[in-house]
Amino acid sequence: MDLVQLTSRREFLKYTAAGAVAASVIAHEVVDAATAPERKHHWGMVIDTRRCIGCEACVIACKIENQTPPGVYYTVVTKEPLPGAHNDRPVFMTKPCFHCDEPPCVPVCPVNATYKRKTDGIVVVDYDRCIGCRYCLAACPYQARFADFGDEYTLSPLAPPTVSPEYKQYRERIPGTSPIGNARKCTFCLHLQDEKGEYSRDEGRWPACAKTCPGHAIIFGDLDDPESEVATILRERNAVRLKEELGTEPSVFYLL
Amino acid sequence: MTLKRTFWAVGLFGLIAFAWALYVRFFVHPDASNLGSVVPWGLHVSQYIYFVGLSAGSFLISSLIYVFGIKRFEPIGRLAVFTAIVTLVLALLTIGLDIGHIERFWHVFIFVNPTSPMAWMIWMYSVYMVLLIVEFWFLMRRDLVVASRLPGWRGPLSRIMALGGRDASDAGLARDMRVVKVAATLGVPLAIMFHGGVGALFGVLAARAYWHTPLFPIIFIVGALASGGAALVVASAIFQEGWKAHREMVVDLGRLVLGFLLLDIGLQISEILIGLYGQNPDYLASLSLVVAGPYWFVFWGIQVGFGMVVALTCLATPLRHDPRAVVIGCAAIVVAFVGVRLNIVLPGMSPEQVRGLTNAVSDPRITSDYFPSTWEWILSLGIVSFGLIVFGLGEIFLPLSRHLPLTRKTEEAR
Repeated sequence: MDLVQLTSRREFLKYTAAGAVAASVIAHEVVDAATAPERKHHWGMVIDTRRCIGCEACVIACKIENQTPPGVYYTVVTKEPLPGAHNDRPVFMTKPCFHCDEPPCVPVCPVNATYKRKTDGIVVVDYDRCIGCRYCLAACPYQARFADFGDEYTLSPLAPPTVSPEYKQYRERIPGTSPIGNARKCTFCLHLQDEKGEYSRDEGRWPACAKTCPGHAIIFGDLDDPESEVATILRERNAVRLKEELGTEPSVFYLL
Repeated sequence: MTLKRTFWAVGLFGLIAFAWALYVRFFVHPDASNLGSVVPWGLHVSQYIYFVGLSAGSFLISSLIYVFGIKRFEPIGRLAVFTAIVTLVLALLTIGLDIGHIERFWHVFIFVNPTSPMAWMIWMYSVYMVLLIVEFWFLMRRDLVVASRLPGWRGPLSRIMALGGRDASDAGLARDMRVVKVAATLGVPLAIMFHGGVGALFGVLAARAYWHTPLFPIIFIVGALASGGAALVVASAIFQEGWKAHREMVVDLGRLVLGFLLLDIGLQISEILIGLYGQNPDYLASLSLVVAGPYWFVFWGIQVGFGMVVALTCLATPLRHDPRAVVIGCAAIVVAFVGVRLNIVLPGMSPEQVRGLTNAVSDPRITSDYFPSTWEWILSLGIVSFGLIVFGLGEIFLPLSRHLPLTRKTEEAR
């Protein structure tokens, strides 16, 4: 016996259409799952606020490494006393992008220009696709994204354009071209990765802020690797993340 | 005719300023806005949602005539659809000058992201725009055919706009109105969804307590109906001398607008009270900027002063029977909604998301203080002037307010 009795052409078409839609959705998911590259790393940071002396060397190192323009800071150091601590001693907190596991900036992008890399969890921006609507800036609960309005440090129009190594693209900074007009953010200096996607601290291929920090307050590494320094610290110490209540699952932890 | 003359003077003067500001925007200082990364959406985004609201609102009011068959609003019908088109164009123009890479707008149709409310909004208003144009053309088709027999420049121009059609028969008109009804009927859910979508665009952001309320899509639609309806009364006053020519329609529209305004005020009060009760510090930071921040007068002066005191005095007291008072009340609402839109976008953005962020670096782009730059103001006013001019031209070249009488010559053509 047929489970579904097809009584008319209309009904036949209806079921065929429904079947086709379901099949294409399933096929899409299957192809997606089969072709998705395997996750190799989960890059993250542990930031020890007790070791931070507020020198802002990370801010400068980041600016030099990524050649960011005025108004764009992939990391900043806030200097606020803890609320309720009853003293005015500031807590220094360096704040890069947290490369969340559930990044609120990604689903809102109208053109899929920003996404989380499947291989290592770094949230990136495709400069050539981004339309500059700045919706992701509004969506980020950590203000980790910055809009490039085209400001320059150089005063002379004759100065040669700066070149940023970001994403290994080495773009010249020319008015009207990306990344001017785009959303920009910390990339964990992924242009320092080798072809296999590995960083190397010994070779100096390490995120600029972590490499430069004189107090070793910024500890970078693979959260998935149980041997890494970050994983060890997270096992042994109590770390917190900002705004856990939003469910963003940041990859950057703080020690207080 | 003085209203009309003032209108033209303002429009032409503003157009010159607009051209100048456009030149500066593209060739001199592309970075001349006062936006930053803490307040990345400013005057232009507010203006955009304002115009989009006017468009959805005036279209929905026109659907009362073309979908629900309420004949007493007929005189405003075509003007309403035309208003919906012009304000949508102005909205797109505004946002086009605001975003970083407008030349890539087509990406939104190629790199599809169904989880983005902004993408949905763009897809929906693209379809909405096509529907509006189709509806508008069919609304005017017969009059254009009739006008194509007029002497002088009007004839040939109308012939072009009629796309060479010659059918001026009553049967043709009936067929046109069937197309109009279909287009308008499809447009109603579309307009509701896309303007609700604009509200959802803000509402989905859990990072922004001030916007993250399920009421947002609803409040946007109700606000659109109030502001769009009010804009139609003003348009009727300017172009049709509505307070004389269509007294009853203006009074009725005033009652309709009053209803939507009261509903909108109710929703806003509900939102504020519930937000206050929740004591969420992020929400309170935004709300205190609205009512007691440096720009408190936008709320108390423009929103409450114009939108409640003046509007309710004109629309809810016995004055409401006087069409002139209705026009004044509606003009007050049109002004008040500028404040409403500003007070949605800016206070939601302004509070820092991470304490101390704006003190961490000293940079004019990393600050909670935002006041539009001179160029932003000029561009904004220029776009408004451009809109006024398009309205004026539409009034001259299109039969917006009246049906043309069938002359003997056109009778013969039938």
